[in-house]
Amino acid sequence: MATYNPVTPEIIAQLEQIVPGRVVVGDDVNPDYARDEMPIYGVKMPEVSIDVLTTEEVAGIVKICYENNIPVTTRGAGTGLVGGCTPICGGVVLCTMRMNKILGYDLENFAVTVQPGVLLQQLADDALTHDCLYPPDPGEKMATLGGNVATNAGGMRAVKYGATRDYVRAMTVVLPTGEITHFGSTVSKTSSGYSLTNLMIGSEGTLGIITELTLKLIPAPKATVSLIAPFEDLDACISTVPKVFMNHFKPQALEFFEKEILISSEEYLGKQVFPRKIDGVEAGAYLLLTFDGDSMDELDPIVESAAEMLVEEGALDVLVADTPPKLKDAWAARSSFLEGIEEQTKLLDECDVVVPVNKIAPYVAYVNEIKGDYDFEVKYFGHAGDGNLHIYTCSNDMAEDEFRAQVDKFLSSIYQKAMEFGGQISGEHGIGLGKVKFLAEAVGPVNMALMQGIKKVFDPKMILNPGKVCCTL
Amino acid sequence: MNILVCIKQVPDTTEIKIDPVTNTLVRDGVPSIINPFDGYALEAAARIKDKDPDTKIVVLSMGPSQAEAALREALAIAADKAYLVTDRIFGGSDTLATSYILYNAITKVEELEGAKFDAIFCGKQAIDGDTAQVGPELAEYLDYPQVTYALEATAEAGALRILKEGEDGNYVVGVKTPCLITYTKPSFDPRFPTIKRKMAARKATIEKLTSAELTSIDPARAGLKGSPTKVKKTFVPPRKEAGVIIKEETGEESAQKLFTLLSESHVI
Repeated sequence: MATYNPVTPEIIAQLEQIVPGRVVVGDDVNPDYARDEMPIYGVKMPEVSIDVLTTEEVAGIVKICYENNIPVTTRGAGTGLVGGCTPICGGVVLCTMRMNKILGYDLENFAVTVQPGVLLQQLADDALTHDCLYPPDPGEKMATLGGNVATNAGGMRAVKYGATRDYVRAMTVVLPTGEITHFGSTVSKTSSGYSLTNLMIGSEGTLGIITELTLKLIPAPKATVSLIAPFEDLDACISTVPKVFMNHFKPQALEFFEKEILISSEEYLGKQVFPRKIDGVEAGAYLLLTFDGDSMDELDPIVESAAEMLVEEGALDVLVADTPPKLKDAWAARSSFLEGIEEQTKLLDECDVVVPVNKIAPYVAYVNEIKGDYDFEVKYFGHAGDGNLHIYTCSNDMAEDEFRAQVDKFLSSIYQKAMEFGGQISGEHGIGLGKVKFLAEAVGPVNMALMQGIKKVFDPKMILNPGKVCCTL
Repeated sequence: MNILVCIKQVPDTTEIKIDPVTNTLVRDGVPSIINPFDGYALEAAARIKDKDPDTKIVVLSMGPSQAEAALREALAIAADKAYLVTDRIFGGSDTLATSYILYNAITKVEELEGAKFDAIFCGKQAIDGDTAQVGPELAEYLDYPQVTYALEATAEAGALRILKEGEDGNYVVGVKTPCLITYTKPSFDPRFPTIKRKMAARKATIEKLTSAELTSIDPARAGLKGSPTKVKKTFVPPRKEAGVIIKEETGEESAQKLFTLLSESHVI
């Protein structure tokens, strides 16, 4: 186990030399820097926080921390869901939010270079003004791109376009020693040794600090249509998912959700978006699909035959959103699921397992079968198109200790089931602090040892984001 | 019940950006939509039809031929029939000329449909001009009673029961048909069209009414010539934040609540 030193006044003075006026100490540190969106995994104030502005600053600070054995935790907007940026050993927190410049487009190579604190929404909007799309589309649009890369964030469009990993071309990284290095390049092919770029993606701030990113863009699709398909029950709804692909449809997004979660999201939004009854039949679950293409003429026949297929599979009806206001409405309801749950829940934990698409139905059946053994409520929805399910355990009346103990048992069971079905324990949120134990159970000692070995090569003194991903304290 | 819903095709102003150099609106590539308030009027009509399937909903729009897209969308959402008033000589009409043309068009549509409309539904205003004049002017031409700022409507025998927005709360008012109602934003959105309606709307015939059909229109009262309004300057009004009404049981409780709110927002 690594031991760390406290941040002494002498070290603070050294840090001040690098970032004069920006070294925030003790009680002056923003309390948000002690946590992410899941404080249930732990809250801990760092001794020092610094809002960094340049690669050189980061390198200078990290070098001091390396020499003095002080833990360094990097954070972006703090929207993570696994305690990934919680500085559980104290030390120094580096916040990248002010490194928020889009540095430039290379439209000949469909690439953009950004600082890590640029928000996803900011890049999405800006890229559109260049007729380009940055395809990764995690629900949290106020997350930083640095954080997205660090967790290999996925999102709604992953079913067609893939996750963040597929859009990272190159990066500038500050290593735990304070050295500055570059991984990758704008080219689309490489067979040039181990992919250090890919090691960094999803490493959750444990291997290095990303200070610049070159991301891949695609030409923005010119037409988008969403379909809403209400089903009488969840079973009919989920069983339809593999049929979408077997019929060679290529939706940009394919989501499923049950009535209850829709209602809480609509309550949060303050308006009803989707119909609850179709010709007198109560809808129990919904599929929400988006198709994109170069023109409405191209999409119309696709949408029509997809709708026909959905009805054949038991959809009560198929509703169409093909105007900007309707598309916004349809997806606003989907995007507010988490907020809807958070608002109604005192104690909340969650997981984002991923299973093969043809296993979603039996997996959900398993979750429903065992949830009765626990005192908390279980809510879920998911990216049906890629088998990534968001499962929430919610309670308003349990004691926290009891809640945590029961959740632990519940998660162990459902993670184990996900592995049995050939899945993974996290599709897009990461491991962070909250899921280390479960990762170890899922991948086994050989793979854990490989990961720990990689960690040690990058970070021999174990100062970067301690206690996360593959390392416990 | 026969309902006519007036709709206007407008640029989606939520998508409009200001050119930082010239300070003018960038309209290129901005999608056209049904004016949102007209969408609420259409939804109000659709809700009446949900309860009484014999209700007939006709939509009417004035504009260039591109406005057909808005009418097709209305057909997909809820309308049974669509008419487009379109003619070069109607171009550039201000609200006075527009309501005059629409009045004549409504009379013509009633003649073609062989029945009078029991109610004319409009949005309270269009988001591109924001005048809120066409609905009330049209009611004057028709000599119908009008209710503005409506949220919801229910049909009763020979009348409509309207929930309307007011300065200090909502009101329920009754109005005899025929009447004209203008709608504001309720707590719900217009419904999503079903795929069946969408496909049918794509093939539907949209009746066009030009000056050749609308013979009752005096050309001197239509288009630019018939528009006394002169636009001297346009500007974006500053956004006014919604106020908070504090109405507790007693004055003391209200004062306490005010104090809490002010201290929570760090004003005091």
